[in-house]
Amino acid sequence: MKFLRDLLDKQKPLFQKGGKLEQFYYAFEAGETFLFSPNHTNGIKGAQVKDAIDLKRMMITVVVAMIPCLLFGIYNTGHQHFLAVGQTAGLWEDFGPKLLLGLELVLPIVIVAYAAGGLVEAAFAVIRKHPINEGFLVTGMLIPLVVPATLPLWQVALATIFAVVIAKEVFGGTGMNILNVAMTARAFLYFAYPMQISGDQVWTYLGDKAPVDGFSGATALAVAYNAGLEGETVTAALSSHNSEVQQGLFSFWNLFVGWVPGSIGETSTLMALVGAAILIGTGVASWKIIVSGFAGAFLMGLVMNLLAVNEYMSMAPEYHWVVGGLAFGVVFMATDPVSAAQTETGKWIYGLMIGILTVIIRVTNPAYPEGIMLAVLFMNVFAPLIDHYVVKANKKRRLQRATV
Amino acid sequence: MSKTVKLKKGFDIKLVGKAEKQLENFSPAKTFAVKPTDFIGMQRPKVSVNEGDTVKAGTPILFDKALDKVLYVAPVSGEVVEVKRGEKRKLLEIKILADKEISYEEFQKYTESSLQSLAKEEAIKQMTQGGVWPQLIQRPFGVVANPEDSPKAIFISGFDTHPLAADTGFALQGEEKYFQAGVTVLSKLTSGKIHLNLNAEGEVPSVFSNVKGVEINKFSGPHPAGNVGIQIHHIDPINKGEIAWTISPFGVVQIGKLFVEGRYDATKVIAITGSEAKKAVYTKTMIGACVDTLVQGNLKQEHVRVVSGNVLTGEKINRDGYLGYYSNEITILPEGDYYEFLGWMKPTTEKLSYHRALGLLSFINPNKEYVLDTNVRGEERAFVQTGVFESVTPMDILPVYLLKAIMAEDYDEMEELGIYEIIEEDLALCEFVDVSKHPVQEIVRKGIDLIQYS
Repeated sequence: MKFLRDLLDKQKPLFQKGGKLEQFYYAFEAGETFLFSPNHTNGIKGAQVKDAIDLKRMMITVVVAMIPCLLFGIYNTGHQHFLAVGQTAGLWEDFGPKLLLGLELVLPIVIVAYAAGGLVEAAFAVIRKHPINEGFLVTGMLIPLVVPATLPLWQVALATIFAVVIAKEVFGGTGMNILNVAMTARAFLYFAYPMQISGDQVWTYLGDKAPVDGFSGATALAVAYNAGLEGETVTAALSSHNSEVQQGLFSFWNLFVGWVPGSIGETSTLMALVGAAILIGTGVASWKIIVSGFAGAFLMGLVMNLLAVNEYMSMAPEYHWVVGGLAFGVVFMATDPVSAAQTETGKWIYGLMIGILTVIIRVTNPAYPEGIMLAVLFMNVFAPLIDHYVVKANKKRRLQRATV
Repeated sequence: MSKTVKLKKGFDIKLVGKAEKQLENFSPAKTFAVKPTDFIGMQRPKVSVNEGDTVKAGTPILFDKALDKVLYVAPVSGEVVEVKRGEKRKLLEIKILADKEISYEEFQKYTESSLQSLAKEEAIKQMTQGGVWPQLIQRPFGVVANPEDSPKAIFISGFDTHPLAADTGFALQGEEKYFQAGVTVLSKLTSGKIHLNLNAEGEVPSVFSNVKGVEINKFSGPHPAGNVGIQIHHIDPINKGEIAWTISPFGVVQIGKLFVEGRYDATKVIAITGSEAKKAVYTKTMIGACVDTLVQGNLKQEHVRVVSGNVLTGEKINRDGYLGYYSNEITILPEGDYYEFLGWMKPTTEKLSYHRALGLLSFINPNKEYVLDTNVRGEERAFVQTGVFESVTPMDILPVYLLKAIMAEDYDEMEELGIYEIIEEDLALCEFVDVSKHPVQEIVRKGIDLIQYS
C-alpha cells in the first residue's frame, strides 16, 4: 500500500491551502481518509488516547445491517415477477433467472441513488467547505430500499437530489437535518409522482409479459383496507387474495418472511429484524426506539380492536408488524440518530408514537395505505419538542434542588 | 450521613503498563519547574524572583495578581536559572537548578493539640504563604480556591479510577499522621463537612483507616466513580451561588507536613506507567521535577509520547519536561502519527472501543489490557448523538445538550443544564468515546470561562 500512500502524499499539496486545487480539498480529503485513516495525533492537553470508533465505521455498520434486506429484496423482485407471469410456483425454482432479473432491476437504482446523492454531497462539500459526510453511505442505500423496483431511474435521481439538498444541506449538512433524508426522498416521490409509487400496479415488475389471469398487484395493506370496507374479515381476505397466483401469498408467515410484493427492501419483517439484531448488537441504533416502535404499533392495534367498527380495525394487532414497511421503517428510519429524539426518555416516547401513528394512518386514513413514512416524518418534526420537555425536566430537577 | 453510592455508568479503560507496587530509585532530577499553566484560572501570573536568584524550598516565586494572597513557592532550594516565556510574553516555566542538599524556609510548627486550637486566619495565612494553598480547588469552575470564600463543604476523593492511575493507598503509605493533621487544618476552613470518599470495593488504605473529623462515603463502579466531581454530584451537589472545595489526598498530606514539620515538602510518590515504560513502578520525586531521569533508559522504543498525568486528562510534555503540579503519575505511550490503510474498516481486536460497531471486537474480551497510541482514530465530524455520552456520565446531566449550549454560548442554558457541576475531567470519557472526535474537555473549559468571566 506504500505506493498508494506515496501517490496521495504527492498530490496532497495541490489540494492544500495555496495549492491549485485548493477548493477541492474536501473531495480529496474524502478519498484520502477512505483509503487511509489519518495520521493525526491527539492534542497536547486532554484525552491522549481515543476510542477506535469513527463515523465511517459507524455508518458502514448500518449499511451492513441493511444488506440482508437488500439481498432479500433483489431476489424477491425477481421472484414476484416470475410468480405474476405464472412462470414458476416454487420459491427456489428458477433461482438463477430470478436473481439476475432482481439484480438487473435493483442495482441500477442503488447506483443511481449513490451517484446522484454523492455528487450533490461533493458539490456542497466543495462550495460550503465542509467535509463530505459519511452519513450519505446510509442514505444512498436506504432510498433504493424504500421504492418499488419499477420506479423510473430519473425519479430515483431526482428524489435523491431533492432530499439531500432540501432535507439536509439547507439545514447545514449531516448532523443538522431535522427530517430523515431517505424518508424525505420517498415522501417527495409519493406526492410528486404518486402514479409510480402507489396503487396496485407498481409493486411487481411485469416487463412486457402479461400477468396470469386473476392477478392482482395489490399489497397486503391495500387488501386489508379493502376488506375493512367490504366487511370481510381481514385474515380471510388476505388468505384468499391472489390465490390464482399462489396459495397463501399473504399468510402471516409469508408476510413475516416477506415473499410478497412491495418496495424493494421493506417486505421482509424477518430481514428487518436481522438488521435490528446487527444494529442493536453493535450498539449503533437505539434499541429503545426499535422496541417502543413495535410496541406502539401493537398497542394501537389492540386499541383499534376495542373500538372496532369495521373489519380492518379488528385485525389481529400482530399483523401490523408484518404487513407494509413498519418493521423496516422502525428499524432503519426511526433510529437515524440525527433526526430521532436524542434524550433517552425521549427515545421511548418517540418510538412509541411512531408505532401508534403508523397504525392510525393505516387504518383510518383512506388516502394513505401505509403510515410509517408519514409517521416517521411527523415524529422527526416533533422529536425536538419531546427532547425539549425531557431537557426541561432535567433543568427543573436541578432548580428544585437549589431551593431546598 | 455517610453514603454508599453504586454507579453503573462509565467505562474502565484497561491499558498495558500498570505500575507495579514497588518503590524504585531513579537518579534525582537536577532541575525543577513551576508552570503557571498548571493552575487553571490563573489570570495574571507574576514572577517574584529574577534569574540568578537563589531560593529555598518554600520561597515564594510566583503569584496571581488577581488572587495575590496565594503564593506559589519553589519546590526545592537552588538557583532560578530561567524564566521561560512564550508568545506575547506568556509565562511558561520558572526553572530552578536544585541544590544537592535541600534547605527549607521555616514555617510555624504545631503539635497535635495546638493544631486543634488553630484559628482560621492563622491556618489560611500559613497555607497561602507556605505554598500548599493551590492544592485547594474550588467548585464550580475547578480553579484555585479563594481564601476569602467559605465553602459549604470540602471533598476528598480517596481513590483514582483513571486509566493506569497511581494507587493512592500505596503512594501515601506511612503518611497517616500528616493526613490527619491536614484534615484538622482543613476543618478550620469550612463550617460544613469534610467528605472523604473511598472505594467501596477493596480494603481501606492504611492512610485513611483511622482518620478522624471526616465523613466517609463509599463509591463503587467504573471510571469516573473516583472523580471528585461525580462524587459531589451524588453527595451534595453544587447549585448556582454555592462553593465547595476539593483537594487530593496528597494535598492534605502536604498541608499536614507544613503544619507539623514547618516545611513546604514537595516530595511525592508518583507512578511511572504506560505500555512503553520498561519499568512501570512507583518512585519518590518532587512536584515540578524534570522527568528526564525517569524516562531516560526506561523506554521500550524511541517513538513515544510522555504525558504528565493520566491518558484522559493529562498533558503531553517533552522527555525533559516537568511533572505537573497536580500530577501523580507520568504515562508513556506510543506516538500514533501514522496512516493506516482502510483503518476505518478493518476488523480488529487490538484497538479498544467502548462501541461494538462493525469489526471493533474489543468487547469480546473485556478484561484484556490494551496498548493504545495517540492516534485520533478518525476525523472530526458533526455531532452525531447516539446516547453514548450519557452512558459514560454517571450524573443527572445531559452532556450533549450542555456541550451544545456551550458551543452556542447560551449562558442561561449552560447554567440550567449544570455547568456548575462539572469540570473537564468529569466529561473526559465523552471525549474518549466520541464518534465525531470533538475536543470535549476544551469545550467544557470554554464554557466555564464564559460563565466565570462574564
